[in-house]
Amino acid sequence: MDMTDGAMTVDDVEVASGYLDVEKLRRDFPILAERVHDRRIVYLDSAATSLTPRPVIDAISKYYETTHANVHRGVYATAEEATRLYEEARIKVGRFIGATRPGEEVVFTKNATEALNLIASSWGHANLKENDVVVLTEMEHHSNIVPWIMLSEELGIELRYVPIDGSGRLDLSNFDEFCDGAKLVCVSAMSNVLGTINPITEMSKVAHDHGALVVVDGAQSVPHLPVDIQELGADFLAFSGHKMMGPTGIGVLWANATILEAMPPFLGGGGMILDVKPEKFLPADPPDRFEAGTPPIAEAVGLAAAVDYLQSIGMGQIRSHERSLTAFALESIGEKLGDDCRIFGPPAGDDRGGVMSFSYRDVHAHDIAQVLDQYGVCVRPGHHCAKPLMRKLGVAATARASIALYNSEDDINVLIEGLVEAGRLFANA
Amino acid sequence: MADLEELYREIILDHYRSPRNRGELPVPPAHRVEGFNPLCGDEVVVTLIVNDDTVSDIKIGGTGCSISQASASLMSSAVKGKPVDEVRGLIHTFKSMMSVHQSTLGDADEDGRQIEPGPEDPELVDSDALGELAALQGVVKFPVRIKCATLSWNALSQGLDELS
Ligand SMILES: Cc1ncc(COP(=O)(O)O)c(C=O)c1O
Repeated sequence: MDMTDGAMTVDDVEVASGYLDVEKLRRDFPILAERVHDRRIVYLDSAATSLTPRPVIDAISKYYETTHANVHRGVYATAEEATRLYEEARIKVGRFIGATRPGEEVVFTKNATEALNLIASSWGHANLKENDVVVLTEMEHHSNIVPWIMLSEELGIELRYVPIDGSGRLDLSNFDEFCDGAKLVCVSAMSNVLGTINPITEMSKVAHDHGALVVVDGAQSVPHLPVDIQELGADFLAFSGHKMMGPTGIGVLWANATILEAMPPFLGGGGMILDVKPEKFLPADPPDRFEAGTPPIAEAVGLAAAVDYLQSIGMGQIRSHERSLTAFALESIGEKLGDDCRIFGPPAGDDRGGVMSFSYRDVHAHDIAQVLDQYGVCVRPGHHCAKPLMRKLGVAATARASIALYNSEDDINVLIEGLVEAGRLFANA
Repeated sequence: MADLEELYREIILDHYRSPRNRGELPVPPAHRVEGFNPLCGDEVVVTLIVNDDTVSDIKIGGTGCSISQASASLMSSAVKGKPVDEVRGLIHTFKSMMSVHQSTLGDADEDGRQIEPGPEDPELVDSDALGELAALQGVVKFPVRIKCATLSWNALSQGLDELS
């Protein structure tokens, strides 16, 4: 296993192996001090939502204790301060993903799902008509499928799904043909089931050559990989705060300023207008145009703190830690459980993130998760909001373990211990 | 792991390993109902024949976890050959058992729907009437699994409604 590829910086949370100093980092997450079934929590469900570090909790509390006021309205000092914090969060989040005009290009939403719906509803209605083609992939989350199906039912657009191959990667051999005549390509940068990291940069080039725009679902990639939208070549990027150590209730849509400028409003209400008369209204400029109503202010403050937290460790270091731990997990599961455990997705490597879906003998995922719970292990059973992918894999459900910067080899060892017990309990089942 | 053993009683594991009345009856004459648990992707297919107000035959298809499979298998054994009235009573008793510990929901089922007052006092879950089904009592300690246990029962209940 290669554990030497982490940049050897002086960063004090990084230890020599390429791993982060997990013992130290774990102290930042109050939940990890809790006990379940008289055991420590082995949290392996970060793909569903990540744990929240102390600085994020503190930033939110401090905001409510000292600064809470509605934004963009009051002229009194606290309201101005709240507005400043909210807009500062926008800039910080935008810079985090490499936006060149963060003040105009970052729209705060409720979550990644709402960001994707915003694109489908606003951009889709303004730009798509009957028989237009939207390209999706077989590994998309329902959030990046259902809005497009809704639009196709309404407008009669055609949806094409890029298939996956036997290794759990996208089969891009005919991607050029898929993009032929397409207006939009929607793809997840990292699969929430297979852990596959997709070659977005290359895909964007092909899509753009065909005149299609590119929507990237970054819900899993932004929290775990260094992400730079210039490098990705994306036109839209959607992600959620709660999967990147921020609070729930806030998501992000980044879109190129020129594209946003031409898009009609999404929801109507306060804050998104320049003027309103009884019969018509004049929409505000982006990003306000897309932020109707009181926005998630405390959540934006929390998200900014989460970005600070991630950056203080370094996205490169985080990726390097998770990459090493994924390699360790895949290797030890293979070694200790052999063919009894089928792991979906590509082998450890550059295009594999820390999401591991597996089936164990023919024990149902729900039963696996139940037994693991007794070991304090939090994994997720089910279809992971990717039913088309489940059908393709030929399974009704998988159990999914997903890692983050606070996980260690110990966590993986407890996971394996629990799996062995599940195997014993359901022997001959 | 005392809790786990309470959940996965031997009877449950037995019905999971060797499900009774497995398969699908031809439609017609049988009536077919599907149930889904969107949380975990479990699916159940109940096919049943009602003759002279009696559930004369029933088969269970679909896929699911040990709890949903065992519960469906136990249900099929318990209701096969029973008068429809008695089956409805059993459905009610079973659903009450699955809700008794959910104090926050009161007299509601796992979806928060009010449980209709049944033929017997809902406070008194008569485990004699339940027979082997009482083995599923351990499930109420694991609230997310209640939906697994009730999946086939809801399908059966819907089937009976559709037939009447
Ligand atoms: C790949 C992917 N896309 C979209 C989402 C939706 O995120 P949210 O539920 O926060 O909107 C998720 C998370 O569940 C995801 O993993």
